[in-house]
Amino acid sequence: MKTEQPLVKIRNIFIQGRSDEDWLPIINGIDLDLNRGEVLGLIGESGAGKSTLGLAAMGFARDGCRIASGTVEFDGIDLIAADAATKRSLLGRRIAYVAQSAAASFNPAHKIINQHTEAPIQHGVSGRSESEKDAIELYRRLRLPNPDEIGFRYPHQVSGGQLQRAMTAMAMSCRPDLIIFDEPTTALDVTTQIEVLAAIRDIVQQFDTAAIYITHDLAVVAQMADRIKVLLKGDQVEESDTRSMLDDPKQDYTKSLWAVRSFTREEKPLASEDELPVVRVRNVTASYGTVPVLHDVSFDVHASRTVAVVGESGSGKSTVARCITGLLKPSEGVIEFDGTPLPADYRQRSVEQLKQVQMIYQMADTALNPRKRIREIIGRPVEFYLGLRGKEKTERVAELLDQIELDPDQFMGRLPSELSGGQKQRIGIARALAADPKFIICDEVTSALDQLVAEGILKLLARLQDSLGLAYMFITHDLATVRAIADEVVVMKDGRVVEAGGKTDMFTPPHHDYTNLLLSSVPEMDPDWLTELLDQRGVDNIGDAAIERMEDA
Amino acid sequence: MKAVALIILNRLGLGLVTLFVVSVLIFAAVNMLPGDFAQAILGQGATEEAVAAIREDLGLNKNPVARYTDWLGGILKGDFGVSFAQANFSSFAGEDASKGGIGSVAAQLEPRFKNTLFLAAVAAIISVPISLILGIMAALYRNSIFDRFVNVSTLTSISSPEFFVAYVLILFLAVLNPVLPSLSNIFAEMSFTERLIKTLLPALTLTLVVTAHMMRMTRAAIINLLASPYIEMARLKGIKPARVIVFHALPNALAPIINVIALNLAYLVTGVVVVEVVFVYPGIGQLFVDSVKIRDIPVVQACCLIFAAAYILLNLTADIFSILSNPRLRHPK
Repeated sequence: MKTEQPLVKIRNIFIQGRSDEDWLPIINGIDLDLNRGEVLGLIGESGAGKSTLGLAAMGFARDGCRIASGTVEFDGIDLIAADAATKRSLLGRRIAYVAQSAAASFNPAHKIINQHTEAPIQHGVSGRSESEKDAIELYRRLRLPNPDEIGFRYPHQVSGGQLQRAMTAMAMSCRPDLIIFDEPTTALDVTTQIEVLAAIRDIVQQFDTAAIYITHDLAVVAQMADRIKVLLKGDQVEESDTRSMLDDPKQDYTKSLWAVRSFTREEKPLASEDELPVVRVRNVTASYGTVPVLHDVSFDVHASRTVAVVGESGSGKSTVARCITGLLKPSEGVIEFDGTPLPADYRQRSVEQLKQVQMIYQMADTALNPRKRIREIIGRPVEFYLGLRGKEKTERVAELLDQIELDPDQFMGRLPSELSGGQKQRIGIARALAADPKFIICDEVTSALDQLVAEGILKLLARLQDSLGLAYMFITHDLATVRAIADEVVVMKDGRVVEAGGKTDMFTPPHHDYTNLLLSSVPEMDPDWLTELLDQRGVDNIGDAAIERMEDA
Repeated sequence: MKAVALIILNRLGLGLVTLFVVSVLIFAAVNMLPGDFAQAILGQGATEEAVAAIREDLGLNKNPVARYTDWLGGILKGDFGVSFAQANFSSFAGEDASKGGIGSVAAQLEPRFKNTLFLAAVAAIISVPISLILGIMAALYRNSIFDRFVNVSTLTSISSPEFFVAYVLILFLAVLNPVLPSLSNIFAEMSFTERLIKTLLPALTLTLVVTAHMMRMTRAAIINLLASPYIEMARLKGIKPARVIVFHALPNALAPIINVIALNLAYLVTGVVVVEVVFVYPGIGQLFVDSVKIRDIPVVQACCLIFAAAYILLNLTADIFSILSNPRLRHPK
């Protein structure tokens, strides 16, 4: 019987990536077995080789990568030895792929349904009309709105979460034996993520499809996988079934991954009524051209406190930051600093006013000039705001590097490209500190980082706040981060503040409906979490559907 | 669709403004040319009085602004003025040149311009499909011997001077193997096939000149997209490489390709002087050169304006097509 054989059998595989002239190892001799109908979770931080291994299970290596040695067998077929035509006949038909960004992975030039029917037609599995009918049926099962009509739109006319489900439907078009899910929900908001997770889990169960689910999010993988394999820098750390992995991780690395979410900070008491806030946002309304984005937004940020501004993409949280920094002129309302209104346009602000409001950006990669050395990147604001030059300037830069826990002698002369992601973000922090501000806006500063690195950054920010009395406005969509670092929370939706208050209050019911939805959508490490939540809320009361319901009420 | 219509109207408006600016530049530039018609036609022995009389006769003494407005006003009514060179003959023949007789610029230009368009059309019909197909195949078999060969040969032909390419073609296709005529002196009474055969050699020369640019842009635009996630997705669906290129990459690479095609089509209309001279082809390029030689200002200006209009019109069309090739604009949310 064939079924007793694993569907996918990878043995001792080595994969390398080209870097200039050399081939560097990406995967070092990993074994992988996947049975029919089973879901295997692959987790690890960026650079662990999860995607590479997932693609290798399809017999595919990206441009610039090669499978150096080892074997990959799919249902007894040796994918490494197979010629291109044999592999093509399997891909799309028996092995399908769901990519991280559906928006980028759907071809913008063709309608969704034409891309859906392409594989069945090209592989000769079914004809166009039959395949279209099947697509509509799959859209219905994945609970896409307007299943009869949605496929006839172009990708840009459909939202991210819906596209991700449409892509899952596309992967199902030939009823494959195996689907590789490569971080399918990483780019989505939490309320959207939960819809996609529920849909994927459902359909994989219905058709008894085997799947490899790649993610860096433990709580997500806990919901989806039967078994979990942990990777670190191309090596396997450990593998076991989901429950025992969660309850009893064996390796130190796995334990450290599990522990990340435990970092929390004592909430400081709310500032008293008569204490003057550092920054006060008062009734700010703003728009981009004629499109209104903010409606009557007000909140205060006090010294030594962190206000987390939470909301999903498009809720206007970054726009508030643009108003505070003077990049966008509000049409109504003012920003006050230490009780005096700031000019709406940054060009009209004095150096003293500019110095007080600094920013740290999400993508440290693009926020640092790649051609300047660290000395210059930090030295420039030191010179501009504090007027220091020569030896004094160098001393100040060294002091700042000390503060962010990087050795000045070692890092002064480096270029951004010679730093790791976490180190780059630290330089971003030092650059903001260089102005000696009272108030710093942190715009999604940890969302591009791995969990362990992100935790280090959060700890650093907390320590700096305690020693320098900084006020933070912390923009994020990640509620775990909020739990870790915030004193107060402002929840935004569609450019309005829906709820605001102290952290403890915000995380204890009763909530505003939207806050409730947001909180309940954050995956937890419990493998039964999704099942229980769906039982509790009902499949039609999550994500967009729940939001619509709320708006109707 | 409303947004697209607005963008297109906007582009049309900009095109007209450009044409107006160009007309000013042409007029200024032509008037800055040293020497004038009166001197050119009377030659070295001209007396002051004779030169002055001819100038007076042709209105060359009026101030430039007045002459420009006269010229522009005429064009708006469809009257390109009277050719200086033909003016004498027409009055001799008892015709009034300003009524559109043989002396009017329009009457002179029309057959020539038609011939040029005919040549450009033949060259385009041959070169555009060839470039596209070669570009697509080069992208499909990138870095192969085929790719290298196509690149090297098209680059060689674009790097050689046009007259050289023309003579090489004449040598091989007219002299050593007399399959095509080396003279392309076409005239109105010829049948279409006869015309086509006579036009083939200059058209082939032009094809060799413009293919490289279009082919390389097609190849580059497609290869540029091959790293996109949707191309990887198509590959992972088990789609054949040729279909990946034609169905998934090409539709998204159209905008730059269309622009380069337009640029080359414009070149086929305006840059063919040398080829016309080599093959004695009665096109607008030859007329232009002759008119500059004898300072026949109205003809020179009209030619320049037609060249400019061809450039603007073709680029405008390219703009509009590349806008239309973007599904985000064709199908707004």
